[in-house]
Amino acid sequence: MDDAARKAYWRSNVRMVIGLLVIWAIVSYGAGILFADALNEAVPDFLGFPLGFWFAQQGSIITFVVLIAIYVFYMDRLDKKYGITEYEEEVRHS
Amino acid sequence: MSDIQVWTLVFVVLTFSLYIYIAYRSRVKDTKGFYVAGGGVPAPANGAAIAADWMSAASFISLAGIVAFATNGYFGSAYLMGWTGGYVLLALLLAPYLRKFGKYTVPDFVGDRYNETARLIAVVAVILISITYVAGQMAGVGIVFSRFLGVNLEWGVLIGMVIVFFYAVLGGMKGITWTQVAQYTVLIIAYLIPAFAISSTLTGKVVPQIGFGEVVSKLDQIQADLGFDAYSGIGSQSLRDMFLLTVALMAGTAGLPHVIVRFYTAKNVRAARYSALWALFFISLLYVSAPAIGAFSKFNIINPDSAEGLNGVAVDATPDWYNNWADVGLISVTDVNENGVIDLAASAAPAEPAAGQFGELVINNDIVVLATPEIAGLPAPVVGLVAAGGLAAALSTASGLLLAISSAVANDVYYKKINPRATEQRQVLAGRIAIAGAILVAGYFGINPPAFVAQVVAIAFGLAASALFPIIVLGIFWKKTTAIGAASGLLAGFGFTFIYVITTVRLAGDAPLTDPWFFDIPATAIGAVGLFINFVVTIVVSLFTPKPTPLMQELIEEVRYPGKTRLVEAHLAGKVDDEKLHGEGHH
Repeated sequence: MDDAARKAYWRSNVRMVIGLLVIWAIVSYGAGILFADALNEAVPDFLGFPLGFWFAQQGSIITFVVLIAIYVFYMDRLDKKYGITEYEEEVRHS
Repeated sequence: MSDIQVWTLVFVVLTFSLYIYIAYRSRVKDTKGFYVAGGGVPAPANGAAIAADWMSAASFISLAGIVAFATNGYFGSAYLMGWTGGYVLLALLLAPYLRKFGKYTVPDFVGDRYNETARLIAVVAVILISITYVAGQMAGVGIVFSRFLGVNLEWGVLIGMVIVFFYAVLGGMKGITWTQVAQYTVLIIAYLIPAFAISSTLTGKVVPQIGFGEVVSKLDQIQADLGFDAYSGIGSQSLRDMFLLTVALMAGTAGLPHVIVRFYTAKNVRAARYSALWALFFISLLYVSAPAIGAFSKFNIINPDSAEGLNGVAVDATPDWYNNWADVGLISVTDVNENGVIDLAASAAPAEPAAGQFGELVINNDIVVLATPEIAGLPAPVVGLVAAGGLAAALSTASGLLLAISSAVANDVYYKKINPRATEQRQVLAGRIAIAGAILVAGYFGINPPAFVAQVVAIAFGLAASALFPIIVLGIFWKKTTAIGAASGLLAGFGFTFIYVITTVRLAGDAPLTDPWFFDIPATAIGAVGLFINFVVTIVVSLFTPKPTPLMQELIEEVRYPGKTRLVEAHLAGKVDDEKLHGEGHH
């Protein structure tokens, strides 16, 4: 990769990471904590649960798995787009 | 021996023979195989191993109990979100880059990216974090053995120490990786079978994640009747503490040395990403079931109509499961109002409630999962299987942590500082001696635990969050982070958290407990503050200290891209001049 391609690759990566972390924060700290009581009142019966409580104990965890999956698949595509097909194999002692 | 003891013994012996067989088959002699399994483990297997490594006694034995019983119910969601949400940070911010960097240990990264001072502080942090965490595991093992083998807690912990020592020393990382795949399988089966069984009998719905919903609304009602906050809302708990605890647990997850080191066992950057995905997937299976088990168990215990419940039961007619756990001192009732009946109302509690007080009942959170099958009236083999699962969880984590300790001592202290000409065998020997030492310390705290398993473990996470997470993330994402900046941030953040913990937590015996002196923040959540301090100090000091050399900045640049790159390769091969990388006057 030349310098311009590196910059573009890194920018795409960072943008994706920021986007996913925003969702991560909204679901856990937002829906699961700060607005949980409000959501509990607004939607008292989501699959039998108050909604805020559901986010705190079920929904956030499921979302986390989905977020990492999106990241992993996105990075695979990004690597391919920038022609990274060979991965390093070494781990060494310093 | 009772039926339950026989079945426990059967499952424990069977599963342990399997682990030891696997560890023996894949035993290793050189340092590389000892610490990173030679880098050749497929992603799903590595993911399952990370999951087993990660899901400790705290997750298996303690989590459901701490969610359902430690507070009203909802507050404990901090543990659920914290211990899973950290994987998102790990997968997105750390794992691929650390894998690309390609060094063995976390202090290795810190030392190579920053300087020797930072490495040394990181080594101390790694050792303290790991020992705190192992102590939590030892306490968990002690509980399982004491209840199911009918020995006291001290003997339970001692037996656990011997077993852990045996196979952490024998196996090394490669042995441990495949053993942990087996342990994950055992623990998840042991966890899910009772969850499904109880959900069907209690709610008529087979899937616990669905049956759980109606139980929560019933619990809201029962707790209101007894004078407690509703199960599903924050009630009188502190939303701020819950927020901080979640932050500390998430960042701690991403900073835990024994989990980070796991990503070096992945074949390459791409495999490291997939390992994180598989790991969280495997972990989430337990984590979406734990709150259901906790709620079912609490419902069975406090519902006035349940067959094996305690609410309104005569003090001298308690159910069998209660008597068994009361024998080992992990559950008790004081008939405060002397009416001969167990009263669970909030108003019935004694003036000075103990930890785990629920009306006249005092319940140790750590027994909830182990007791749940008995409370729900499931057959003895299921109870035995759950006990074996709990041991698998505790042992897999303990062995991973002990390896982190031994690599910190053997590689980062002995080899780098004391004897740079040490042969591989001598390094492995130094590592094994470190393991033995760590087990002794951890065993002591396992016998004299300062708090519940999950809380001891939560403190370890706070330490990890405040020490390692900020400087690793900044080291990758901000090329201008300086060595002095990172060392100061690490010292300030970790130092603050560590001092706070030892001044507020009763470490052993009956030493008095100091009040949480920093805005009343509990010791379990203080890591969030330490994390913040670390970030701020690192950034501010970095702005005013000499920038990293251009060569260092180029190295960090390369770490950001997968694939073979010149400088990272040269660095790994030891062909990069230290003076040029770190600047004049290094060392």
